[in-house]
Amino acid sequence: MTLHKAAEQRDIIDSPEETAHLARTWYSPRGFPGWFTQVNQRMIGKRFIITAFIFFLLAGILGLLMRLQLAAPEQQLLGPELYNQFFTMHGTVMMFFFAIPVMEGVAIYIVPLMVGTRDMAFPRLNAFGYYVYLIGGIVLFGSLLLGMAPNAGWFNYVPLAGKLYSPGYGVDVWTTMITFIEVSALTAAVELIVTILRMRAPGMSLNRMPLFVWAALVMSFMIVFAMPAVIVSSTLLILDRLVDTQFFIVESGGEPLLWQHLFWYFGHPEVYIILVPALGMISTIIITFTGRPIFGYTALVLSVVAIGFVSFGLWVHHMFTTGLPQLGMSFFTAASAMIAIPSGVQIFCWIASLWGAKIRFHTPMLWVLGFFAIFVIGGLTGVMVASIPFDTQVHDTFFVVAHFHYVLIGGAVFPLIGAVYYWWPKIIGRMMNETAGKWSFWLAFIGFNITFFPMHQLGLEGMPRRIYTYADEMGWGDLNMLATIGALVLAVGFGITLVNAIWSVSRGRPAGTNPWNAPTLEWATESPPASYNFRHIPVVESRWPLWDWQRQDERRVVTGLRNDRREVVLTSVLDASPVGVQVLPGPSIWPFASAVAASTGFIGIIFHPIFFVIGFFLVFFSLVAWFWPRRPWRND
Amino acid sequence: MIPGTRSRAIVILGAGIATLLSGCSGSQSALNPAGSAADLIARLWWPTLVVASLVTMLVLALLLVAIFRAHKKGAALPLSARQSRNLVIACGIILPLAATIPFALSSFSIGREIDAPLPDGALTVEVVGKLWWWEVHYLDETGGRIATTANEIHIPVNEPVRFLLKSDNVIHSFWVPNLQGKTDMMPGRTNVTSVTANQPGIYRGQCAEYCGTQHALMAFLLVAEEPEAFEAWLEGQRQPAMEPATAQEMLGREVFLNEDCADCHAIRGTSAEGQDGPDLTHIASRRTLAAATTPNRIGHLGGWITDPQHIKPGNQMPSTELSPANLQALLSYLGSLE
Repeated sequence: MTLHKAAEQRDIIDSPEETAHLARTWYSPRGFPGWFTQVNQRMIGKRFIITAFIFFLLAGILGLLMRLQLAAPEQQLLGPELYNQFFTMHGTVMMFFFAIPVMEGVAIYIVPLMVGTRDMAFPRLNAFGYYVYLIGGIVLFGSLLLGMAPNAGWFNYVPLAGKLYSPGYGVDVWTTMITFIEVSALTAAVELIVTILRMRAPGMSLNRMPLFVWAALVMSFMIVFAMPAVIVSSTLLILDRLVDTQFFIVESGGEPLLWQHLFWYFGHPEVYIILVPALGMISTIIITFTGRPIFGYTALVLSVVAIGFVSFGLWVHHMFTTGLPQLGMSFFTAASAMIAIPSGVQIFCWIASLWGAKIRFHTPMLWVLGFFAIFVIGGLTGVMVASIPFDTQVHDTFFVVAHFHYVLIGGAVFPLIGAVYYWWPKIIGRMMNETAGKWSFWLAFIGFNITFFPMHQLGLEGMPRRIYTYADEMGWGDLNMLATIGALVLAVGFGITLVNAIWSVSRGRPAGTNPWNAPTLEWATESPPASYNFRHIPVVESRWPLWDWQRQDERRVVTGLRNDRREVVLTSVLDASPVGVQVLPGPSIWPFASAVAASTGFIGIIFHPIFFVIGFFLVFFSLVAWFWPRRPWRND
Repeated sequence: MIPGTRSRAIVILGAGIATLLSGCSGSQSALNPAGSAADLIARLWWPTLVVASLVTMLVLALLLVAIFRAHKKGAALPLSARQSRNLVIACGIILPLAATIPFALSSFSIGREIDAPLPDGALTVEVVGKLWWWEVHYLDETGGRIATTANEIHIPVNEPVRFLLKSDNVIHSFWVPNLQGKTDMMPGRTNVTSVTANQPGIYRGQCAEYCGTQHALMAFLLVAEEPEAFEAWLEGQRQPAMEPATAQEMLGREVFLNEDCADCHAIRGTSAEGQDGPDLTHIASRRTLAAATTPNRIGHLGGWITDPQHIKPGNQMPSTELSPANLQALLSYLGSLE
């Protein structure tokens, strides 16, 4: 394999037969049976994104129903049982089945394109992760339709989630499906880490990596360190429930606080796992729409890395009222306040980059500007709740509900929707409608603030979370009505984007290769990209390769990759100098079969122990088939 | 749940709380402090709110300047690298430090003040979180229980009171926003908090940790009163139940003891020693029923006994079928238990 100037060799390499051959090699089977065998990263990424947005829609509807129930005091729309199931499902689905998978989905789709390669490092594992996620989500939502949904809250505290106080299958389903989603997240994280560290285009050294790729890398490492804690805790809980172990049973010396430590050791980084990729999206969009390099690349990278580290030292601030010793908890106050510094550095690096720029106010940029207003408020209330005495007043009240919706919707969903507008043309090949996009933004921005700002006041006025009703005389009626009206406006805002996205698939203006004049590699290939992503793997010489190429006539590419099998370039971790060629596997039914086999076992044991044995053998056989040696080198 | 049945529940609930809290607005609000701890926290809150608002406005103002600076001009007007660096250092590092360090320090000192040890002789009240109500024991110096009641706690005003918080089921959280931040009731542990009410009054507390079906209707009243009134009240609560004075009340006691009531409820001075439900020895002295869900009036009590699931769906009290005469007798007996 050698590096060539493309101009010299274009005629030879780009012969139509060669290109067609390459397309066949990377072809994804179509049709119904084909759907279960696809492994290409763009297929899997798109599925993650679409599936996650369907869950967002469903959980959003649950949220709206809860808002309608709380709109006025003593409403009769939902009874306590249903309301409790709804808020449990709303939180669980939003956190586990929407936020993490959608961020992973965007990363799976975009990162290989951004780093200039043709697929993820382990395509079949990627497919397996998706099927596990899909099955987990369907089973969890199915439990709601069957009326046996979990109802112990999204953080599922024991002993309430124990067998004694939550009999029935609800919490079993919750616990098992959480493990599913964590397995799916771990597979995606491992994929992303390896892809980012070893498969970048030649020349894309670490300090030239796009900021979104940095964010995806930090997110992935956080997933690797955070998710095992919740897998352990939910495994301990399911053992308590199914085979009568006593990890959380107080009477036998078990410890409910153990659950809280394990859960929040995962649960707090979880919030940043959702936030960090959004920060990468913001940097990406700002660079493109200001049309110039960002200020403080290094500071932004270090801030994201710092947030990743510090987020593992904050979990006790969810437990300030549990009676832990004051001095110990004080460290967590300090650590929580410390997050303000990397956040502040990022915000002001962005402001410095925006300062005096000729900003193009397209829809993606609007969502990013909306982020600033909302996230600053959410960050400041976050500092407030880091104070132990203040937290004892607002913990588990609507103040906290307001706080984390400001952080999660403002901090993650707004940039995410901006990113959807930004990358949709690449994914679909057509532009979304700008006018509808701006309407969508303004309605969502206004609706969001009307919904969640009054909740700060409600919390201070003593309204606890997770109550299905309240008496008229508590005086919470007016603000709740306002919040519900805001929620409807917010829903219309998001709804416009949904319609816009669907509309654009067939009606949108064709996007072309690089509609936003962006500088990163995903815009160097057609929209939507061909099955092989890049006709030639590019060679990168700065942080802004596409802007370089506009200035200079010729661009360097990698040649020498074979067309008859799925070859990608491996590069070194730091400098991305080429070190080898890796052959990737093609389409296969076995990831799907393995996911079904594993699900049969895990879901089955809720109902009968024999499924453990059945699942074991099914997984064994499907994995044997999956890993049955192929000899890609046979033809050499 | 059939809508018709719940509507009745809701009407009772509404009417009940209306009478309880009329003229008592802000009786569950952290912004209306009437206790030492709540007062300290409110004094932390207001300056914090001011600083946070200023920071928000500063950031948004800078953002607006940044994005509109070149809007009408022909060319971009970027900051130099040096200016950018200074902006990031001043606003991204120094400003957060300047805002959070004093905040964290005053938070620590307020935390220490709230947590300061109580004097040895302080009144001690043990509160046990139940599904979904509150059991209250008054303890003597040796920790022995001298009186037991439920869902209504009396304390003397201007005196620090030690609360021992427990649970024998799931996690609850004890919270009276006007007086004190919340403290969880962890099964297997005893958490301690202190409450000092600075003004006499009736304050509402509510469970703040999700604890199952009726978490929403698990409240209580905390009555802060002058020390003399408190002593008199406690003396009353220490006494065994009053003997029935009339034949009607006598019949009521028979009904109580012979029906299922005594399986779960205790009335000290009788053979009723059930421990699963609230102690009813002095039920007539309480202001509310069903954990501050309805007022304690004879009509509500009758409704609660015959069909408690309408008033608080999912709660643990079963309905009791009684003949009208027996119900009347039971109500007059319970009504006599001052």
